[in-house]
Amino acid sequence: MAIVLPTVAPRRSLLALERIPPAIWVIGLLLLAMPAFASNFVLYQIFGWSFILGMIALSLMVLAGYGGMVSLIQMSVGALAGYVVAILGTSGVPQISLGWPWWLHIPLAILIATLFGTLVGALAVRTEGIYTIMITLAIASAFFYFTRQNYTIFNGYTGFNNVIPPAWFGIDWRQAVPFYYLTLGCATLSYLAVVWMARTPFGLALQGVRDNPRRMSALGFHITAHRILAYSFASVIAAVGGILLVWQNAQVVPGTAGIPQVVDILVIAVVGGLKRPIGPFIGALIFALLSVFSSDILHAFGMSGERFKLVVGLGFLAVVGFSPDGVLGLWDTYQAKRAANRDPLLGGGR
Amino acid sequence: MAQPRIPVASTVERSVTERLGSVSAGNALELRGVTKLFGALAAISDVTLSVRPGERRAILGSNGAGKTTLFNCVTGDFLPTSGTIRLFGEDLTNFPAHERIRRGLRRTYQISLLFGGMSVADNVYLACLGVSRGRFSLLRPRPSDAIVSRAAELIDAVHLTGARDTLVSSLSHGQQRQLEIALALAGAPRFILFDEPAAGLSPAERADLVAILSGLPGHIGYIIIEHDMDVALRVAESVTMLHNGRVFKEGTPEEIENDAQVQELYLGGGHG
Repeated sequence: MAIVLPTVAPRRSLLALERIPPAIWVIGLLLLAMPAFASNFVLYQIFGWSFILGMIALSLMVLAGYGGMVSLIQMSVGALAGYVVAILGTSGVPQISLGWPWWLHIPLAILIATLFGTLVGALAVRTEGIYTIMITLAIASAFFYFTRQNYTIFNGYTGFNNVIPPAWFGIDWRQAVPFYYLTLGCATLSYLAVVWMARTPFGLALQGVRDNPRRMSALGFHITAHRILAYSFASVIAAVGGILLVWQNAQVVPGTAGIPQVVDILVIAVVGGLKRPIGPFIGALIFALLSVFSSDILHAFGMSGERFKLVVGLGFLAVVGFSPDGVLGLWDTYQAKRAANRDPLLGGGR
Repeated sequence: MAQPRIPVASTVERSVTERLGSVSAGNALELRGVTKLFGALAAISDVTLSVRPGERRAILGSNGAGKTTLFNCVTGDFLPTSGTIRLFGEDLTNFPAHERIRRGLRRTYQISLLFGGMSVADNVYLACLGVSRGRFSLLRPRPSDAIVSRAAELIDAVHLTGARDTLVSSLSHGQQRQLEIALALAGAPRFILFDEPAAGLSPAERADLVAILSGLPGHIGYIIIEHDMDVALRVAESVTMLHNGRVFKEGTPEEIENDAQVQELYLGGGHG
C-alpha cells in the first residue's frame, strides 16, 4: 500500500473522478435524491442525526484509527461548541446569550471548542491505552458536572433552548429538507477532509506515530506535537458536528454531553469500524435506526419501549462479537472470502 | 560490484547543514563519564570516548557488554544516569531524541524498526520528512517534490529500486536491513550509529552491506556495533572494546585483532 508516493505522475482531476468506484456514485446520487422519496422524519431524525453523530464519531476515528488514541472527549468538544453558539449567539435565555452575529459566534464556537479539544489532547497524549480512555472520560465527566452546576455561563441544569441556525439565504434550515442537505454537506466535507489528511505528510506521520512511536522519534518527529495536533484536527470536526446537533435539537443542555452520550460516540465508531473514515457514518446510521425503531420492536415483543438501549447494546455485542473491526471488518472478511473463492489455488475456482 | 552513489543533501537540507555547521567544533561525538544504571545494575559505567568528524569506529564486546545501551543513551532513548554527551561540540545530554536527530545524528536498530504496513517508498519518505519543515503539512506531496526525489535517490543508493512499492512486511530480512540504512541516511546525516547491521544477512548481503558502508560520503562518521568481525574490521578505522559496561581497549583494527587480552575475552583465544 503506497500511502503517499505515486509511482508515476497522475493525470489530475478527471482521472481522480474516474477512480471513484461505481458504488460510491450510486450512494452519492441516492443521498442527493433522498428528499424526493423519503419522509421528513427519515430525512431529519434518521439521516440528519446519523450525519451529525457520524461527524462526531469521525473525529474519534481520526484519533483512534490514524493516531491510536481512543478519546472519549469528542462529544464534550461538540457540546462546548454548541454552548458557545448559544452563549455568544441568540437563544431562549436572553439574560445570558449575547446575540452576536453568526459570522462571529460560529467561528468563535469552533475555535473555542478546538482549543478545548487541543488542551485535553495535550494532557491525554502523555498517557497510552486504557489511561487515555480514563483521562478523557474523567474530563468529559467534569465537563458534564461543571455545565450542570454552573448557572452564570452555562445556565445549569436547564441549559439553553431555542438555539436555531441563522436564516442563510432566507432559508429556515431547521426544516427537514434544508437541514438534511446542511448535514449532508458538512458530513461530506468532513469525510473528504479526513480522507485528504490521511494522505498528507501530517497524516502519514500520524499513522507512523501510531505504529511505531519510538522509530518516529528516531526519524526526527516530535511525536507529542503530532498527537496534539491530531486532537486539534479532530476537534474542528467534532465542533461542527456539535453545532449541528444543537441546531437539530434547538437546545443544548448538560445531558447533550452526558456520560451515556459520550460513550455512544465510542459505540458508534466501533460498530462502524475505526479503520476507514466511512465506518463512523455506517455506525451512526445503525445507531440512529436502532435508537428510533427499537422501542417499536420491544413493544412488538410486549416489552417496555424505554429499554431501547438494551437493543442498542445487543446490536453492539453482536457486531463486535462477530467482527472486532465493526461492520467494515465484516465487509472486509466477506470480500476476502470472495477473492479466495475466485482463486483456483485457494478456493472453489468458479 | 559498483559502488553505490549516496546522494548529497538537497538545498533545503543543506541549509540545515550550514546551521549545524556553526556549532561544529572538535570531535563529532564525545562522551564523558557516561553511566547508565538500571536499579543497582550498571549497564554502562564511566564510558569516555571521542570520535572525530568522518571517523568510522567499531564498538565490539560480548553480549551484555553495554553496546546497545550506549547507543540508546547517545540517541536519547535513555537519559544517562550521569555523564555528558556532545555532538559536534553541542551538549545533547538532556535533549529529546527528535532534537538529536535534527542535529544530524542517526541510528539503525539491532532488530529492524520499520513500518511494515507501508511501502518501501513511504518508509523512506517518512524518514526524509522527519528532518524537513514539511512534517505538519496538510498538502499532499507531488512526484516533483524535493523530498520525494530525495527518497527515490536513497532507495537506489541501498539497492532497493526494484522493491520501491513493495510492502515492507513482504521484504526479506536482508532487504529490511538495507531499508534500515536508507532511513539512517535520510536528511543530512553527520553521524550514524549502526547497531548490528549485518545480523542475519547472507554472505552476499554482507558484501553488499560493506559496499554501502564503504561508499558513504567522507564527512559522515559512524559507530558500528557488529559481531561479525570480518564486516566490523573491514569498515572501521578504529575499534573500541567494551567489557562489562566499561571501555576495555581502544586501537586500530590490527592492534585489537592482535591483542592477547581481546583474543582471550572476545575471540575465544583461538582466533587468527
